[in-house]
Amino acid sequence: MSLPNQADQGITFDTFMEGVWRQNPVFVMVLGMCPTLAVTVSAVNGLSMGVATMFVLVSSCLLVSLIRHLVPKEVRIATYIVIIATFVTLVDYLIQAASLALYEALGAFIQLIVVNCIILGRAEAHAAKNPPLPAMLNALGMGIGFTIGLLALGGVREILGAGQLFGVSLFGASFQPWVVMVLPPGGFFVLGGWLLLFAWWARRKEVRHGA
Amino acid sequence: MSMELRTSPHLVGDRSVERIMKHVVLSLLPICGFSVWQYGLSALALLLTVTATCLATERLFNRAAKQPSTLNDWSAVITGVLLALTLPPAFPLWMAVVAGFVAIAIGKALFGGLGSNVFNPALIGRAFVQAAFPVAITTWVPAFSAQRFSEFVPTTLTAPLMMPPDIVEWVKLQAVDAFTGATPLARWKFENVVASSHDLLTGVVTASAGETSAILILLCGAYLAARKFMDWRIPVAVLGSAALTAWLFQLYDPAHFPAPTFVLLSGGLMLGAVYMATDMATSPVTPLGVWIYGALIGVVTVMIRYFGGLTEGVMYAILLGNALTPLIDRYTQPRVFGTRQQGKKK
Repeated sequence: MSLPNQADQGITFDTFMEGVWRQNPVFVMVLGMCPTLAVTVSAVNGLSMGVATMFVLVSSCLLVSLIRHLVPKEVRIATYIVIIATFVTLVDYLIQAASLALYEALGAFIQLIVVNCIILGRAEAHAAKNPPLPAMLNALGMGIGFTIGLLALGGVREILGAGQLFGVSLFGASFQPWVVMVLPPGGFFVLGGWLLLFAWWARRKEVRHGA
Repeated sequence: MSMELRTSPHLVGDRSVERIMKHVVLSLLPICGFSVWQYGLSALALLLTVTATCLATERLFNRAAKQPSTLNDWSAVITGVLLALTLPPAFPLWMAVVAGFVAIAIGKALFGGLGSNVFNPALIGRAFVQAAFPVAITTWVPAFSAQRFSEFVPTTLTAPLMMPPDIVEWVKLQAVDAFTGATPLARWKFENVVASSHDLLTGVVTASAGETSAILILLCGAYLAARKFMDWRIPVAVLGSAALTAWLFQLYDPAHFPAPTFVLLSGGLMLGAVYMATDMATSPVTPLGVWIYGALIGVVTVMIRYFGGLTEGVMYAILLGNALTPLIDRYTQPRVFGTRQQGKKK
């Protein structure tokens, strides 16, 4: 895929929508696969991981964009990482305070948001070259796209693996859980299924436009 | 210009893919028949359901890829029948549908259809349901129950997505002598009871639908080998290496490890060696490679059975062998006639 030079394009609708759909980090760019595969055993886990990442993404992109003229080129990556790490620490404590169960379910993957390549990629490719408002909008779009991806995986895995969605039982007590879906292979199967669906959909659209 | 893409063998003659596949299906019929005779309606429904699902899935993917139908090469039928034969006879039908779909969709269609698949599709299907429904796939029923031709085993007709009912009470009603609900391999592993070779040969044991009678599978395999529809070296290598490994272990500690005959005749080793490991698309083509491949499967099977957490290891051994097939083929390429061996000077 080609990432166009994203310097100062101004705000268009695409600034926001790019991450949600056309360049969706999970389904199109296939970035951030560690949390995508590891924590999506349930819809709640997927959603909270997505929201946590989105918060870090938007906040750090805002900060990176604000100081974009002050940071020397040579130390920019280190600067971005420090900024991102700050927000990750914030999220880490916030989740721990809000829900210990969720904190334990997500485990090390909260701290690992710091090395999520979507965030560093956005900071480097967009926020560092754009004013705060478009940078935030773009980050928000990416964050929503990532959350949609995690939710799609977590939803399918929870429905098949436990017979419920957001903890609400769908099929009654005698549902037969598909054990494989909450195991690591299930993550790969469901991700593969979604990627297949997206690629098929994109190709169909392409063919239709070409014809 | 239109070009027809076909899988090997590219021969002019009567040896088409369809013909070979048809004969494999034909040779499977006695095993299916025995299975239905043993387990009755449930086994019949299982065989039909899985085969129909495989065919439907194949057609679905043909259509999605806008390719001509490949149903008439009979390969989907083989996948379906083999898959059904490796499942427990009273496996819930809705789970069997899942297994059949996964076998063709993930095991075959996504790789590009017959000849392009890396793994044996039937075993992919079984591995998936083994991981997804570990309880249902180890629920066994007695053979030769009195009403087997007039009623289904309760688990067979489980409603889709639902948990199969407990059949302990049903099994008691059947009043079949000495039914333990465990396969010979599980009984050996957990209770140290070794089944008699006579029972294993004739198939009067608890097992998957089609892996009970070793004699029948060997006869059907012999037919295929005699007609040269199958490479006889693969089953010989698999069974030989499994027997040799088992024999060595027995020499080392006769009190703990069973005789080679038990290893050969129990579980799915016969069916796996004769029908699964010999799949043309997923086994090596070089003469030396075939021996290495077969020997590897035999050794890994015995290792999993003896030291693994599972009671049966044939499926994973064959899948591992499939995965190594391209590597084996690469390193066992025979010397082309008229050329020098690599690395040798004049």
